[in-house]
Amino acid sequence: MNQPALRLSDLATVIRSKNAGPFLITLDVFFKDAETFSRVRDSGAITRQEIAEVYRVPEGDIQEITFFEPAAALKITLKRWISSAAPGDTDVFGAQQHVPLMNLPLSL
Amino acid sequence: MDEIRILSPTAILGYGFPVDSLEEGMSRKPHAIAVDAGSTDAGPYYLGIRSVGADGSRPGELADFFRTMSADLRPLLRAAVDAGIPLIVGSAGGAGGNLHVAGIAMLVKRIAEEDGLSFRLATIKAEIDPAIASEKLREGKITPLGPVPDLTAQDVDRAVRVVAQMGIEPFVEALRLGAQVIIAGRASDPSMFAALPILNGFDPGLAIHMGKILECGAIAADPGSGSDVMLGTLMKDHFVVEPMNAARRCTVKSVAAHSLYEASDPWHLREPGGLVNLERVSFEPETDRSVRVAGSEFVADSIYRVKLEGAEFIGYRTICIAGTRDPEVIGHLDEILDQARLRAGEQFSDLPLGKWSLHFHVYGKNAVMGPLETESFHGHELGLLIEAIAPAQEQASSICLFVHAFILHCGFPGRRSTAGNLAFPLSPQDIAAGPVHRFSIYHLMEVNSPLEFFPIQLGEVGQ
Repeated sequence: MNQPALRLSDLATVIRSKNAGPFLITLDVFFKDAETFSRVRDSGAITRQEIAEVYRVPEGDIQEITFFEPAAALKITLKRWISSAAPGDTDVFGAQQHVPLMNLPLSL
Repeated sequence: MDEIRILSPTAILGYGFPVDSLEEGMSRKPHAIAVDAGSTDAGPYYLGIRSVGADGSRPGELADFFRTMSADLRPLLRAAVDAGIPLIVGSAGGAGGNLHVAGIAMLVKRIAEEDGLSFRLATIKAEIDPAIASEKLREGKITPLGPVPDLTAQDVDRAVRVVAQMGIEPFVEALRLGAQVIIAGRASDPSMFAALPILNGFDPGLAIHMGKILECGAIAADPGSGSDVMLGTLMKDHFVVEPMNAARRCTVKSVAAHSLYEASDPWHLREPGGLVNLERVSFEPETDRSVRVAGSEFVADSIYRVKLEGAEFIGYRTICIAGTRDPEVIGHLDEILDQARLRAGEQFSDLPLGKWSLHFHVYGKNAVMGPLETESFHGHELGLLIEAIAPAQEQASSICLFVHAFILHCGFPGRRSTAGNLAFPLSPQDIAAGPVHRFSIYHLMEVNSPLEFFPIQLGEVGQ
């Protein structure tokens, strides 16, 4: 198999995670420019299956994958594996759950 | 009225703001200052507390937090009263329960007395009586919000406190009644910013969208900051946002990006009683430091629902912080922690099972992402946070001490450093960290009127 040429972080200026309420984590990707945004969106490379795989969660935990053109952005919302600050939680604000997305391999 | 200007001094009351930024903001003659004072972001602790410590004379669980809020409130009260404009505070005291509202109202009155200010004060409560929540539950009028289990009567009984997020209407009503300072309980983030514009007949979609950007202070600017001032100017068919610190600017990119912030759906801003549809939104530069937004449309729901938030008390927490540099300890750490867990179970077998728990956060390995971590470990040192939770603080501390001592002296095959497995940076090693809660209620509740559960109380201060 060919090594994928790109990772998502090669195409984005911002990749971040944050709670969207205590039970969801939302991941935002801002692409370098409108052209890159369209290229990724139109490639169909970002799928539920792929996101579930890099986060090692069931596909059903992926609540939403949305492209937001006005900001040349992609938003992915996941069910939190544990609610914010419940005993055993690791990241109350959810601000450090973005790295697997940075490493997402892309073949455009 | 052709335009209305709303000033947002800071993202959360207590985050602070530069004096010059507030001065610049006030020179633009805003029609109101509004500030958000709470969020679920920092966890359920603030919602679950039993005393706030606002009077400073007795220890309260939020005493330090209230001191920092007081430092922000004083110049804001002075600025608003001098300019004769309302100061509107929502989600008071971090969580917006009755004791949070009372605590902030007490601070406001004390500052007014010290600084010789007088005004009409409105407080708006947002706490929901458990009996009402139970009744609504029986009527089938409470539904989960997102991936949350259905609410049970037991959840309601066990909750320390339940608050509902008010929409814009209670703020509009308080302003209509002549309130100059409003201290409100739990409220949707944009509501305190959108209320005065909506009272004056401005478009609700634009007013709410502007509020959604303003509620974060200058986070939507570049460089962004939650501790700086932003001005929103609303006209008939668009609004303009501009940071008050000359070192920042709003760009189309920074403002458009903010539509995604902390929201699961960037196209639709969900609010009590409806949503703002951004499918036709446009962002354009107004000046080189400000951005013009148009096209945000409000769509009312046929049934008015408010968000409920409840916290359940779990126990008390004691923590211990340690590190290890020894390659053999690092290599055997998982089994040492398993043994510690096992031994603690035997040692504290008199404590009711399921009522206490032990958590290890191994920094350097998988403490940040837990089960989601995909990288395998490599490194020369590890941090360990030991966390014990039990029904009483002293029980949590006993467990934590037992566990840290066990790990410190635990033998394992091939151990060469026999004097101790851990390095502690602190003395004492165990730190009592107080009560622990979890969010047990995060649901939507149908109401008959947007004002139904948000009683407004008016009073004159300083007269």
